[in-house]
Amino acid sequence: MSPETPLPLEIHDLTVAYHKKPVLYGIDLEVPAGNLIGILGPNGAGKSTLIKSIMGLVPSSSGWVKIFGKPYKKNAKRVGYVPQRESVDWDFPVNVMDVVLMGRFGHLGLFRRPGRKDKDIAMACLEKVNMAPYAQRQISNLSGGQQQRVFLARALAQESDLYFLDEPFSGVDAATESAIIKILKELRERGKTLIVVHHDLTTAKEYFDMLLLLNMRKVDFGPTEDVYTYEKLQKTYGGRLTILSEVVDTRRKRSSDLPIEK
Amino acid sequence: MIKRSRLCASLALGITSFLVLTGEIHAAKISEISDSHLIEQFVRFFSFKDPSVRYAVLGSLLLGTCCGLLGSFIVVRKLALMGDTLSHAVLPGVALGFLWTMTKDPWAIFIGATIAGLLGTVVVHWIHTTTHIKEDSAMGLVLSGFYAIGICLFTMIQRLPTGNKAGLDKFMFGQAAALGSDDLWMIAIVTAAAGFLILLLYKEFLVTSFDSQFASAIGLPANFIHYLLMLLLAFSVVIGLQAVGIVLISAMLITPAATAFLLTDRMHRMLLYASLFGMCSGLLGSFFSYLGNSLPTGPFMIISASMLFTLALLFGNRYGIIPRKLRHLNRTHRIQIENTLKAIYRIREKSHFKEEAVSIQQFGEQRNLPIIEAEKEVKRLIKERYVTLSKSNLDEFNQSQLIYLTPSGWKTACRIVRNHRLWELYLTESAQYEPDHVHDDAEEIEHILGEATVRELERRLDFPTVDPHGKLIPSIIDLGDGHKAN
Repeated sequence: MSPETPLPLEIHDLTVAYHKKPVLYGIDLEVPAGNLIGILGPNGAGKSTLIKSIMGLVPSSSGWVKIFGKPYKKNAKRVGYVPQRESVDWDFPVNVMDVVLMGRFGHLGLFRRPGRKDKDIAMACLEKVNMAPYAQRQISNLSGGQQQRVFLARALAQESDLYFLDEPFSGVDAATESAIIKILKELRERGKTLIVVHHDLTTAKEYFDMLLLLNMRKVDFGPTEDVYTYEKLQKTYGGRLTILSEVVDTRRKRSSDLPIEK
Repeated sequence: MIKRSRLCASLALGITSFLVLTGEIHAAKISEISDSHLIEQFVRFFSFKDPSVRYAVLGSLLLGTCCGLLGSFIVVRKLALMGDTLSHAVLPGVALGFLWTMTKDPWAIFIGATIAGLLGTVVVHWIHTTTHIKEDSAMGLVLSGFYAIGICLFTMIQRLPTGNKAGLDKFMFGQAAALGSDDLWMIAIVTAAAGFLILLLYKEFLVTSFDSQFASAIGLPANFIHYLLMLLLAFSVVIGLQAVGIVLISAMLITPAATAFLLTDRMHRMLLYASLFGMCSGLLGSFFSYLGNSLPTGPFMIISASMLFTLALLFGNRYGIIPRKLRHLNRTHRIQIENTLKAIYRIREKSHFKEEAVSIQQFGEQRNLPIIEAEKEVKRLIKERYVTLSKSNLDEFNQSQLIYLTPSGWKTACRIVRNHRLWELYLTESAQYEPDHVHDDAEEIEHILGEATVRELERRLDFPTVDPHGKLIPSIIDLGDGHKAN
């Protein structure tokens, strides 16, 4: 680690509490650049809370976060965000293009309107996720997978170096899932760092280079082959062995009828 | 374009009939007005000769614009109840503003009301963040609590021996005719501020309303925008007190915006429509109040706004009940015609297309219909120019009457049969249906398959010629030139 290239993400002793009840305790993390990283953990482990507190959306009670060596506010432009699909109202009166253009707002700053260049970038991002033909469509007339791709396009329009994605694969069709993972891998090849909250153990191993096992505390963080072990997963999921046996089951089912693209 | 003009026409029609109706009712009820001729009143009102009319009209128009603009954001942010809470929470502020100066000084009342309103929102926020009581209950608490205090203060003021209390009661239901120049100035300033800020910060208002977490994450001041909106909302409630009144001002915020939301799915258009509807409601409200010899304005504005909403609900192109019903009827009608054409195709198919014509008798048997019903269906086809009859006189329907398909009728029949058989084949080949399970499904699907889907089916099935039951699928050539090749 040389001083002139600061880490994309560095967290020290981050603690988050809701109504004085701690949700995350003393998280330390140093994320190297150019990796596709999955955050794994049971429900209520604080996976979403972690990325939200990194971005300052949830107040932390102690610790600090640095994005490329600076506090989040200073480097917000270098961070792209894909929130959970359910977090917004899809009946909102905007079309697909309007939503993707929102990805440019961070670069524009206050008062300035998006111009020709921003529209071109937004359109290119829509093409990347195969949603260009839907640019003028009202967002309530989209399927779950299409909604997720619109959110991804909006994050791409942010042209960031570090991306946070909150459960991008939940409730999407298989085609969308493989399209999204392909785009994420392309971004990684271009040196971007991607941090993905993930709930599906079966696919975690083949999707991610590195894994963060989280259950209110950091259980482990490292290359997937070191971290994805029976003992560590068991520790993360608190001895809920049923989950592991479910994984084996679903894995077997998946491999029989739905081969996943490599 | 045509649809929009139709909507406008129906709106205009509704408003006119509303005008006429209300005029009649009013004339029948209020007998003491000597010159109660509607046209005369109309001219007097819209010539703006009366200074009080000028103030009332200008004030109502501006207020309608302001409420429409802010209301749109209130509606899409699901804060509709907040407007109601604010408007009721300002009442004690109005009373205290009066007690401060002991006159109906607009500025003192403005300040008192704004403070009370903001205090109300702070209390709501505080209750729902520090306890487990949810926001709706917190709003209910504040709304009723503040309102009760306000009512008590008002009763006290009414009993005071001193002070100029004239017109204070107008704050309940509003009286546009009582607007003074100070009131008008306040309305103008707040409306201008709201319009200017929304224009300047449109993209910030938009993104924070849609996805406030994303807005914060990209470094935009989402909280600041929220409080700015709350402040503007409080101002708009306060400036609306004189014209609309405490009880109904929240409806001026919600109804025009909700009407606009029914008619469009883009935010900037919603803002435009909502302010137009707000202006319409304001104008109509003050006009009717004028007709009724200074009846309270608020209820009339809200009745006008609700009428507009009802019209949008009935005739709006997207969600309107009547256009939807019409579309449904259209679809049913089209499906029936397509089924009739398909029956004629099948009869001709039985003769291997050697017989050009089909008799009414054959047709009735094929469709399993009595002759009278069969004749009705054929008449429909004639209307659409899909078939002609051997004897031109329509009344001479008899069992020997022969039906001939026109080229367009033939084309449509081929298309439907083709859709049906392609779909059956698709179900059996790709979805592993049994051949005797596919007919009913295809009966429905054949009418809704689009061109693109049909082309896709052809590709996937490798341009088939025979359906699962061994029948020939009408080819693209049949669809093209309009006549069977053999």
